[in-house]
Amino acid sequence: MNAFRESVEAMIPALRRYARALTRDADIADDLVQDTLVRALRSERLFLGGDIRSWLYTILTNLNRNRRRSLARKPQFTEFFDTAADASGTEAEGRDIARALATLPEEQRSVLLLVTLEGLSYREVADIQGAPIGTVMSRLARARAHVKTSIEGQRPALRRVK
Amino acid sequence: MTNSNIPVTEDELHAFVDNELPTERRADVEAWLATHPDDAERVHSWRTMADELHARYDRVADEAVPKRLELERLARQPQRWVYGAVAATLVAFIAGGAAGWIGRGAAASPSSFQNFTLDALEAHRLYVVEVRHPVEVDASERTHMQQWLSKRVGYPIKAPELDGAGLKLVGGRLLPGPQAPAAFLMYESPTGERFTLYTSRAATPNTQMRYATRANDGALYWADRGVGYVLSGPDSNKDRLQQVARSVYDQTEKAGG
Repeated sequence: MNAFRESVEAMIPALRRYARALTRDADIADDLVQDTLVRALRSERLFLGGDIRSWLYTILTNLNRNRRRSLARKPQFTEFFDTAADASGTEAEGRDIARALATLPEEQRSVLLLVTLEGLSYREVADIQGAPIGTVMSRLARARAHVKTSIEGQRPALRRVK
Repeated sequence: MTNSNIPVTEDELHAFVDNELPTERRADVEAWLATHPDDAERVHSWRTMADELHARYDRVADEAVPKRLELERLARQPQRWVYGAVAATLVAFIAGGAAGWIGRGAAASPSSFQNFTLDALEAHRLYVVEVRHPVEVDASERTHMQQWLSKRVGYPIKAPELDGAGLKLVGGRLLPGPQAPAAFLMYESPTGERFTLYTSRAATPNTQMRYATRANDGALYWADRGVGYVLSGPDSNKDRLQQVARSVYDQTEKAGG
């Protein structure tokens, strides 16, 4: 296996984690990762160096955006037994954070996950989202405020942020 | 040049938590937090949030990578298929139809359960309103219908008994499915409420139940040993839908798919 493929392969676990948190659905998440990998392999010859990690996150983020855009006109799918009310301990906490993530606008969720879960820098996230760094920081601030109030049991008014 | 008298901004608090703050300003922020409990509490909550995200999702990264994501495998696929998979995904997402799926290999199946469910919901919507010809074969010919459908879909079809849920079999029909023929059974309650069961070979062997809703129809999808099922009905009562699905699940599981 060449260096390019080795770098891509080393990223698969992290891509799966990001996709799972982004979509909160195991099958959809792995579909996204698979599409990301297929696209990366196809572009192997076109990859002129640079940061493979950011590049892969960019592909995945874009594929997910396309997916959501088309889903807007489709029925919404949910995991039927995801809302069990009797969970306790860390399970319940995990559910809370997952539920809070679910109510975030897409761009904010992506920023929050890329920064806190995947450990990317503001600069890298700005490149991935194709947005100025100030926008990324404001998305991050809104995401954190929203998740905080959501976990504390109040739903803040949803505002659409570009 | 920094000065601890310069108030700390919210952006700086985030940058502090994310290790993006210039080193020389960190001490100022720490001093600020010592005297500003509200900000200290926020910073603390953001760190807890990050811990919770890791606690919830790091285990995904620790799982063994599923076979279908192995690079060797993906790279080995014929070039045509590689393009096809991406195209199929797009087509499927854009058109929501089966077109993109025909002719693809038995290999990966991006979001196949979604298309499966959409096909079933489509059939449900089309036939539940039908008064005179809701089915091809009437329930009075149950045995014949089951033999015929079993032969066409390639696995045993036994119409579940749903009397316990107050539903009587109306009959069934054969439909084109996502990748193989589908059997479609219709049930009716004394009040005219209609439920349908759509079943066909599925790309994924087993899945947990998923719920989808469109217009006034609700659908529960699941796959069991390579056979997919969608139970559709009015979405006004999710518990009832689940109860009926449960009953179907128990019976098909016993029958061995």
